[in-house]
Amino acid sequence: MEAVVLDGITKTYAGGKVLAVDNVSLTVKPGELFGLIGPDGAGKTSIFRVLTTLLQADKGSATVQGLDVVKDYQRIRQILGYMPGKFSLYQDLTVEENLHFFATLFGTTIEANYGIIREIYEQLKPFKDRRAGKLSGGMKQKLALCCALIHKPEVLFLDEPTTGVDVVSRREFWDMLARLKSMGITILVSTPYMDEASLCERIALIQAGRIMQIDAPEQIVRSYPVRLYAAKADDIYGLLKDMRENPAVESCYAFGEYLHLTMKSETADAIMALEGFARERGHTGITVKEIAPGIEDTFIRLMNQKTQ
Amino acid sequence: MKKLGFLLQKEFRQILRDRIILAMIFAMPTIQLIILPLAANFEVKDIKVVVVDHDHSTLTQRMLGKLGAGGYFRITGAVSSYAEALRYVERNEADVVMEIPADFERNLVREGRQQVSLSIDAINGARASIGGAYLNYIITEFSQGTDLDVARAAHPAAAGTPVINVTYNTWYNPREQYKYYMVPGIFVLLLTLIGGFMSALNIVKEKEIGTIEQINVTPIRKWEFISGKLIPFWIMGLIIFTIGLLVAYVVYGIVSVGPLWLLYLFAAVYLVALLGFGLLISTYSASQVQAMFLAFFFMMIFMLMSGLFTATESMPAWARTISALTPVTHFVKVIRMVMLKGSGFADVRWEFCYEIAFAVVLNAWAVFNYRKTS
Repeated sequence: MEAVVLDGITKTYAGGKVLAVDNVSLTVKPGELFGLIGPDGAGKTSIFRVLTTLLQADKGSATVQGLDVVKDYQRIRQILGYMPGKFSLYQDLTVEENLHFFATLFGTTIEANYGIIREIYEQLKPFKDRRAGKLSGGMKQKLALCCALIHKPEVLFLDEPTTGVDVVSRREFWDMLARLKSMGITILVSTPYMDEASLCERIALIQAGRIMQIDAPEQIVRSYPVRLYAAKADDIYGLLKDMRENPAVESCYAFGEYLHLTMKSETADAIMALEGFARERGHTGITVKEIAPGIEDTFIRLMNQKTQ
Repeated sequence: MKKLGFLLQKEFRQILRDRIILAMIFAMPTIQLIILPLAANFEVKDIKVVVVDHDHSTLTQRMLGKLGAGGYFRITGAVSSYAEALRYVERNEADVVMEIPADFERNLVREGRQQVSLSIDAINGARASIGGAYLNYIITEFSQGTDLDVARAAHPAAAGTPVINVTYNTWYNPREQYKYYMVPGIFVLLLTLIGGFMSALNIVKEKEIGTIEQINVTPIRKWEFISGKLIPFWIMGLIIFTIGLLVAYVVYGIVSVGPLWLLYLFAAVYLVALLGFGLLISTYSASQVQAMFLAFFFMMIFMLMSGLFTATESMPAWARTISALTPVTHFVKVIRMVMLKGSGFADVRWEFCYEIAFAVVLNAWAVFNYRKTS
């Protein structure tokens, strides 16, 4: 049995005028760490809200641990843990009171499931009598995760858990997810950060409510169909404009301190040709090299194909 | 049931942690009961009169002396022309212009009747009509008491006119003090604020902060969540009601003539109705600001049309209908009847049925709407 199944889910808002999720189907295997990768407004939160029984889809069906999200919503609520993108615990209750409150709502106690949250909660313990509203961002996020885990859920839904969190805390957070996965919890996580995609076992690239590709991150990178080149010059913006005018270049976009380029036709001397073109246009400090594509390159390529 | 206990525990913890709310629970009934009955007083006092006396006789002097002695009127000026007197009114230094014609005394003695002109500033309608009536009464009394001998002697026919002398007794509030009228009304105000505003704002706050999402993914049932929200305010309302009764006794010495249990029974049912109203508001609003405006809009109408400040009986028919359709009106009526007249359950049984109906309809509507929107 699959842990999560979405079958042709469509969701519109404003009486059908705004299409948020467009015929999305995907499955998450038991014990898997699955990532929904896409920019803001891609429909990630709507998919989460359908799966957590907060929202009814217009079309299609969905199950969590074999339970239908519409018919068996009461039973699903017993076995899912949900951490919304926005911090939504009681700011005027203390850390311990929040945790205790959510434990009691599920008819359990902190002690009974302490094992599952121990490593995260140990870091919060010095602040257990502090009100949740007075915690730092990283601490709030840890508390929210504890509250989502306190009833030992079978499936954990994390909606953009690392948005607005510093780099160190983000890395820590992904380490925590890896440990939770090792306890056998199925995790569905969404993120707008492409660099986090490689930390998932499988990912779905999602854009404008549609799934563009589902696979393991390495597979997605490997399926990149053409060679990718990186180019740099002293005047990077001028180079970007010039390269876009080059008839041999298929696509060119800025990526950190480099430009990433693909060619319309594969030739052995592509690097030489690009360098020559740049020199012709009077650029200095030119570097051109072939590089391995990342998730973001794949995403941009798929996105461009969709729009063309 | 056990989960409801935990929800209540959490709600009370949050309410009691909020210092402002806690302070308001005690401050609101005390301060409102002390200030409002004194301030919201409809007695007309200190009416400023400017006199245009064209006669300057001993009789007019006596009449003006009597006018000033009553305590209701203060003569702020004596001028020689009406136009001058009007300027007093324009500057807000006089409410009434009293013009006494020339040869007032002589003509009164000769003809037995004379006219005095009163011009009243009617910006404040109640003040104008009540003040005018007082003034009329005093002048009539003066003319009857002082000059009857002279006038009747001159005109014996007038003595034969039968006079119907009306005397009256004021019951339930023998000294016609406004505090007896206002204090029961303020109890209504207190319970309405707690029931209508606090519950609506509290539930919308959960929506606004997003905590309701987190609650909704737990196995908690809707009725548990709603009860967990309403019960604390129901209890708080009854506590405030009790504090109010104590303040009324300590400060004004007002003790309910009717049975206390009847007051509490009505307060309990009324609170359920108002909490249902608050819940209904919260289902229609997405933010606390929206809820505030919605609640305030309805509360103002409820308050002004309830008969708390003005008698419903003197409203036009359409207004009386609207007034009867708010739970506040019936509660105001009952609480005055029970506290001041000592009415028993049999006297107010219809109002009781109304309140029950309001409680059922408002709550059912709110719960229905709550289901639909979330």
